[in-house]
Amino acid sequence: MAAGAQNNQGEIFIKNVTKIYDPEGVHVVAMKDCSFDIAAGEFAVIVGPSGCGKTTLLNAIAGFDTITSGEIYLDGELISSRDRQIKPDVERMVVFQNGALFPWKTVMENVIYGPVVQKRMKRSEAVDAARDMLHQVGLNGIEDKYPEELSSGVQRRVEILRALINKPKVVMLDEPFRGLDAVAKTVMHEFLMDIFCESPRTMFFITHDLDEAIFLGSKVIIMTTRPAQVKKIVQVDLPWPREHHLLGSQIYLDLKREVLEAVHEEAKKAFEAGEREMA
Amino acid sequence: MEMIQELRLKREFKKVFNIRVLRGFLSIVMFVVLWQLVVFIKVPYLENLPYPKDVAAGAADAAGSRTYWFGWGISLIRIFVGFIMAQLIGIPLGLAMGISRTFKDFTFPVFEMLRPIPPIAWIPLAILFWPTRELSIYFLVFIGAFFIIVINVIQGVSNISVSLKWAASSLGARPKHIFWRILVPGSLPSIITGMTVGMGVTWNVLIAAEMIAGQGGLGRMTWEAYTNNNIPFIVVGMVSIGVAGYLCSTLVRWLGEKAMPWKKRF
Repeated sequence: MAAGAQNNQGEIFIKNVTKIYDPEGVHVVAMKDCSFDIAAGEFAVIVGPSGCGKTTLLNAIAGFDTITSGEIYLDGELISSRDRQIKPDVERMVVFQNGALFPWKTVMENVIYGPVVQKRMKRSEAVDAARDMLHQVGLNGIEDKYPEELSSGVQRRVEILRALINKPKVVMLDEPFRGLDAVAKTVMHEFLMDIFCESPRTMFFITHDLDEAIFLGSKVIIMTTRPAQVKKIVQVDLPWPREHHLLGSQIYLDLKREVLEAVHEEAKKAFEAGEREMA
Repeated sequence: MEMIQELRLKREFKKVFNIRVLRGFLSIVMFVVLWQLVVFIKVPYLENLPYPKDVAAGAADAAGSRTYWFGWGISLIRIFVGFIMAQLIGIPLGLAMGISRTFKDFTFPVFEMLRPIPPIAWIPLAILFWPTRELSIYFLVFIGAFFIIVINVIQGVSNISVSLKWAASSLGARPKHIFWRILVPGSLPSIITGMTVGMGVTWNVLIAAEMIAGQGGLGRMTWEAYTNNNIPFIVVGMVSIGVAGYLCSTLVRWLGEKAMPWKKRF
């Protein structure tokens, strides 16, 4: 596998993570004893029933939220546990579910925000770097536009570039292409694939779209319904860069069946649990 | 090219001269005609209404007199002193209440107790409280804009999506930076809304205060026209107040567009 070989940073260990929400006495166990690893430079895709705690895990890794027990390590460093929570930083970049470009900044100002605010680059250097990146992915000419002037597909790509310019160890994406139409999604997948093959780094990608999961992932981690644990991990040994005609191949269809069966079981459980709560 | 040019010209022409503009113009003409008619046939209770032409003559007189423009000046100064003070104190206060739960817990209950009191109800206390009439009027105008701006800023801060704050901190922004670069611009739309609404209210308050307690100003002038039984001039005063309020609102709106270029470019 080409991807992953060039990068030895961004290894994540998730060990026995439990997260209990207890707002006003309503006890919700979002995650219980959840453990898995993501190797450096691996494209990990997390799928699972809605509300099963995928985002909870992402927030803990990113440093937005704490966990109740367990440990999370990034390259051997403890970043989250009951007593320790490292603040968000540029090593762990997040692309948000609903988009989080700053609406009052132009595309250029958004992309250079990280390097400039960290004082890692001079403004002019950052502008050059950002222009290169935009150019490379064919997004030149939009530097001076505001996010709301762009289609959501372009917004997502800009947001991903804003994360990547910081060269993070891990990029976490929380259902980033939700709500895009099928054609736009295809464009996004190719975009992400190009970026990933160009410079592989650890990806933590949450989605509900199983085609997307298998197409992009080097492994697909299927979570159980709440409290979330790992149900199954499916290795996707397809060649990189992935191409769309793969979606018709037998190996792909077998993988899909495997993932689908696991997801389906959990979805049924989640559905029945929902019915019980109703009753 | 010529054809496109021609089409463009046609479109521009249609923007200015179209049926809807014509209707609007007609509605004003009809209003004046109706007014003329009401006075002419002496509709009961409206016998004292002056003819449109008397009002026009009054307006022409006013436009030539220094006291009239002086009245404008006095009212505008009062509005701006009170309004600007309200922003200078209200915006930081609102931001503080929006950011710090502790600060909000200590201040919000008192704020919410005072907020429902109509600004005009403050008039007697304001007159007693401040050493000069002018200061009491500034204060009343201040009250008119203050509560509105504070409540809007609080709203604005709480409406900023948490992912923007998270994104900024992931990108390496420190808390000070998040305040100035995320919270302030993020609440700007609400600040502008608060200013627009507040500007409208300040004119209400100012005119009431001037009629009751003021010396000079457009409100006082209108009231004096009443005591002198100069009905055309009452109407001139009313229209002047309307125009002044409109101009001030336009100014605020223009400021809003300047401050938020990302909202305009569509």
